Amino acid sequence: MPSHGGATAKVPTEAGAPRGPDAYRLTAGDNEYDDGSLLEISMGPQHPSTHGVFRMDVVLDGETVVKLKPVFGYLHRNHEKIAESASYLAAMPYTDRLDYFCSLTNNWAYALAVEKLAGLQVPERAEFLRVITAELTRLQNHVCLAGFLMQDMGASGTPLMYGFREREKILDLFEALTGARMMCNYMRFGGCRCDTPPGWLEEVRKVVDRFPRFLDEFENLLSSNEILMARTQGIGVLTRDLAINAGITGPVLRSCGVDYDLRKVDGYGLYPKFQFRVPLGDHGDTYDRYMMRILEMRESLGILRQALDAIPEGPILDPKSKLRGFRPKPGEAYGRIEAPKGELGFYLISDGSPNPYRYRIRPPSLINLTVLEDLCLGHNVADTVTILGSIDIVLGEVDR
Amino acid sequence: MSLNEIYNWGRSNSVWPLQFGLACCAIEMIASTMARYDMARFGSEVFRPSPRQADLMIVSGTVTKKMVPQIVRLYNQMAEPKYVIAMGACAISGGPFKQGYNVLKGIDRYIPVDIHLPGCPPKPEALIHALMSLQKMIADQPLTGEGRPRHLKPEGASEFPIPHQGEQDLEPPCNPHIWRPPAIPRPVTA
Amino acid sequence: MAATGDSAAGHRLNLDPNEFGTTSESSASVETLEQILPRMKVAIPGVTFEVVPNSAPGAEPSWLVDREHALSAAFFLRDDSTLRLDYCSNVTGVDWPERTIKVKVRKGEPGAEKEVEETRVVPGYLEVVYHLYSMAAKHGPVVLRVRTPGRGNDVSLPSLTPVWRSCELQEREVYDLFGVHFENHPDLRRLLMWEGFKDHPMRKDYVPPDDYEYEPTPHDEILEKAQARLARREASS
Repeated sequence: MPSHGGATAKVPTEAGAPRGPDAYRLTAGDNEYDDGSLLEISMGPQHPSTHGVFRMDVVLDGETVVKLKPVFGYLHRNHEKIAESASYLAAMPYTDRLDYFCSLTNNWAYALAVEKLAGLQVPERAEFLRVITAELTRLQNHVCLAGFLMQDMGASGTPLMYGFREREKILDLFEALTGARMMCNYMRFGGCRCDTPPGWLEEVRKVVDRFPRFLDEFENLLSSNEILMARTQGIGVLTRDLAINAGITGPVLRSCGVDYDLRKVDGYGLYPKFQFRVPLGDHGDTYDRYMMRILEMRESLGILRQALDAIPEGPILDPKSKLRGFRPKPGEAYGRIEAPKGELGFYLISDGSPNPYRYRIRPPSLINLTVLEDLCLGHNVADTVTILGSIDIVLGEVDR
Repeated sequence: MSLNEIYNWGRSNSVWPLQFGLACCAIEMIASTMARYDMARFGSEVFRPSPRQADLMIVSGTVTKKMVPQIVRLYNQMAEPKYVIAMGACAISGGPFKQGYNVLKGIDRYIPVDIHLPGCPPKPEALIHALMSLQKMIADQPLTGEGRPRHLKPEGASEFPIPHQGEQDLEPPCNPHIWRPPAIPRPVTA
Repeated sequence: MAATGDSAAGHRLNLDPNEFGTTSESSASVETLEQILPRMKVAIPGVTFEVVPNSAPGAEPSWLVDREHALSAAFFLRDDSTLRLDYCSNVTGVDWPERTIKVKVRKGEPGAEKEVEETRVVPGYLEVVYHLYSMAAKHGPVVLRVRTPGRGNDVSLPSLTPVWRSCELQEREVYDLFGVHFENHPDLRRLLMWEGFKDHPMRKDYVPPDDYEYEPTPHDEILEKAQARLARREASS
């Protein structure tokens, strides 16, 4: 619509950009698709149900998905390049912004990688604090995921409101401990930044004690809900072999029945000391992925109770760790943890200088999207949204 | 009650934002619409998915150069009167990612921004404060004269050119009619 | 697509009270390399293999394979019955520009040799590092490295996507950010930057675009960089 006069008030001329219909055509060259009966739509990057700025180019035959190509990069913030010119510690706040729901687990993965690189030991109290904060993060991530999944299915925000209500309680705990609700920047190389304020552990215990009742109410409303079951059971079935070959990790992998949880396999931190079970699914469909998160939340509550009972007094930072002038010896290390989304890994190459030579993040959300097309083929457009929601992506991590 | 006051009272108390979250600030934006910080009390009852039905675009999160044409296009599609809140350090000036080759150093290079809200991320209370400031700004706008809102000016520009993604950078790197680098007075060194 | 009845029917819990987690990183070490290497040389004639040491305390040495045999080596590692490395966790690109290193060399006549430090120029290359784990046998990691012959704009490496599908998106990212072409990759396009973009940003010699029009409080190195940028802009305008 032309507006009136003025130097900038012209109809926008998109000189040079979209170079004709072939620019975005996925089907150019596939002669079978050239008869005009297929519809190619671009879902995103601004769309009410994509989890962030994510775009899917979908080719439809009626309502059925024939081809799907995801397009990334709309949130590519050059984290890796910036970290190469920043010191090791200066890269820590950037890790908060990777998977912005779970800043504390991102911090832990990075701290773990640097501790492997530099050979630092973490005192016991710090390890307990790390486990407590990581499991709280897992709780709030999974409950929000369930909420977002319902929102995508059209539940208009009510489960999301319930989820965010619990998340606010946990964020209050984080704010008391670290000073920030979301971007916590709490872990340091060799421990944690600061100790708990007085009364914090009792507050955590209160939240943990009230959570199962909330989970029961949540499950009562949702897990046997007819609409949820009809829309998610049998949708987006992922086979075991494809999942392993495609590098899928996290609850998505375990919903196919593969028993690979890094807390058990690698045994990093203090997880070998805690008794907890790893839920596995049988069918690999969207319903299984949803149930994985619910069951993992219950296991996290168990770990939290054990950690709160056993946390000792003591220092929270390795006395050998240096906050200023930190120069690890040349070498490389790959540290990985079981983040709520999957395996989050950091690969660091050091050349003896205060800045990393190569800083690489292994993003679980990006790798889990490898199979998005396979999962969505043959289903309806509405199911693509549900499947994307169940894979649980965060664009800060996909694009870094 | 003058006509001006009634007109602006209607406008400022029903600002409907566009569902437009880019990055981490989007989560605080969502949290501000949830039960604890309920933004619906202030008139932003629904976040509209379609730009045609929205009044306010809260640019929440880092604006990357890959995303800029989409943002400007969406802004052009919004109907007047329309407002922009640049939420978070990244939308104001690039934020912590300012060094990035793919990061746009502030969305106000291409579209006019009404409220800048600093923070990383700003707390939901801060976003509500920004919304209230916007409402105050709207309520103070006169209907006639120089200070009248853009949709009442016949020559007010409401659509802005969309940059083209070139080989190294966006072309043009900023919209010179909207944004110029500020002239910072520096002490004269001998 | 029929909805199954009981919601709780399909969910077994894996109860493993005695398995308190094992550290998995000891299995594929240099020691076992000596057992694997003869098998690999039999399976893939002509493969050259080099162990790149890692001097960090958590030391995981990595295995450098020549690019002609990288694909066969990858198939071997995945299908071998002891290794069973079925999970490729991470694919990283690294840019090593040309560097001069100091090497201690013994020089002189036999009988009167001395150790002398010589400087050598190592030509630049791009490197792709694969971290491999085994989900079946729960061990790992095995770090595999492949290097390109140079750092030009058309360097290529064989794609390992036919072996592990998790390499698909990560190799696309290495292509986008480093410029390494992967042969036989099913869909080699840019991943993170837009389609018309011409550079490879993660390379060490990448010059970012000049869109930093002002610097609020420049001082020290930032002031020098800002002045250099201003001089460049004035020279070109």
